[in-house]
Amino acid sequence: MELIQFAQRNYSILLRALSEHVQMVLIALILSVALAGMLTILAMFFKPIGKFLIYLSSIIYSIPSIALFALMIPLPGLGLGRATAITVLVLYNQFILLRNFITGLNGVDHAIIEAAAGMGMKPTQIILKVRVPLSIKSIFVGIRLALISTIAIAIIASFIGAGGIGLLVTIGLETNNNNRIIWGVILSVGLGIVANAILVFIEKRIKR
Amino acid sequence: MIESSIVAIEYKNVYKKFEGANYNAVSDVNLSIYEGEFITILGSSGSGKTTLLKMTNRLYDPDAGDIILFGENIRDVDAVLVRRRIGYAIQQVGLLPHMTIAQNIAIVPKLLKWDKERIDNRVRELLTLVGLDSDEFLKRYPHQLSGGQQQRVGLARALAVDPKIMLLDEPFGAIDAINRLHLQDELKRLHSGLKKTFLFVTHDINEALKLGTRVIIMNEGQVCQFDTPKNIIKNPADGFVKALINSHREQEKLWEGLI
Ligand SMILES: Nc1ncnc2c1ncn2[C@@H]1O[C@H](COP(=O)(O)OP(=O)(O)O)[C@@H](O)[C@H]1O
Ligand SMILES: [Mg+2]
Repeated sequence: MELIQFAQRNYSILLRALSEHVQMVLIALILSVALAGMLTILAMFFKPIGKFLIYLSSIIYSIPSIALFALMIPLPGLGLGRATAITVLVLYNQFILLRNFITGLNGVDHAIIEAAAGMGMKPTQIILKVRVPLSIKSIFVGIRLALISTIAIAIIASFIGAGGIGLLVTIGLETNNNNRIIWGVILSVGLGIVANAILVFIEKRIKR
Repeated sequence: MIESSIVAIEYKNVYKKFEGANYNAVSDVNLSIYEGEFITILGSSGSGKTTLLKMTNRLYDPDAGDIILFGENIRDVDAVLVRRRIGYAIQQVGLLPHMTIAQNIAIVPKLLKWDKERIDNRVRELLTLVGLDSDEFLKRYPHQLSGGQQQRVGLARALAVDPKIMLLDEPFGAIDAINRLHLQDELKRLHSGLKKTFLFVTHDINEALKLGTRVIIMNEGQVCQFDTPKNIIKNPADGFVKALINSHREQEKLWEGLI
């Protein structure tokens, strides 16, 4: 009851936290997929680059997020705030996305690829018209994992002034306000569930 | 039985050695194939048949030698263009599983930017040609077809833009004996009506002798004999060809013994 009263009194704060969070996650996810997509195409043309990229991104992924946020702040053009947060989120996502994209695209049956090449499809056409549609499952798994992980890690981004749901939790901790903390958790989990459901829906539509 | 005097495919001192191998997959192949011939390539597994075929549409490039199609050295032509001019069908069929039968057959016409109506008509025409009812099969996906039906679609797809040369790599390799006989007959019928040059790989001596106007016999990357089926049986060129024919005679004896 107390929780509901809290929300009624502070709904503008909650709404703002949620909308900041959604924006941050969406921007980070779109940029992540775009970057990973380009790197994946590059990796299709030069096999060793793919291995190297997965290796490099796995190292980045293993750095604790707070540390990575801290490392990014001094970089020119970043500093405290949302730009840094989004940069870190995009970097983190590369491991999840590249691994799923590259292994997915490489996993397509060689006989199919050779038949496509034998008909006179160009290398880019083979990637976009054969490899991508045939590994759509793996691509979507990557995007879903990245989305969930982005929603979670973006909570921590409030420590460097990026706002969002994390701010509810940090202020809640500082002021000993349990309601704020619990609402932070509810919004974060709810966002994860809704976002996942949306992606599952899109995935089904794409796969006819 | 030479069908015309125009040379469709010429191999000149063609060699191919794969990286890390200590033998030639294809070794000093010299052949002239005339337009309209139905050439079968016979040889045991690993004898270089597929490699020779794949060099013909530039899926592989030879280490040495030249391959000339209708007077044009394919080394000087963009690989993608070479492939679009040649029909190619393989044992694994290679139908794209995410596309319908109609879309599969339409791949090369689309690459060549044919208009939609022309493509639709061509797809129907081809399905009829390979003995499939177009209304029934157009919208199906490859996994909804039997092996023999898939192979027919593979054939239709290879014929799509009316290529002068067809490369067929054991297209009936995975098909049961009865369907295989049907498909062989139909392929023969197709060939006689089309004035195309067929290069058909098989490791089945019956198939090679039945379909080929001339037969290339390969062993360890080299061509042992290139002649009509009759001449090959009458005058086997070397021990390998003799052994091949004898092994077939043994099988026939087994049959005679059983009857
Ligand atoms: N892509 C490849 N890489 C390395 N070696 C290959 C490759 N393709 C074929 N070979 C080798 O070349 C030889 C000829 O193979 P292939 O042309 O496929 O024979 P066939 O089609 O007559 O069975 C074999 O020894 C095979 O192992
Ligand atoms: Mg082979």
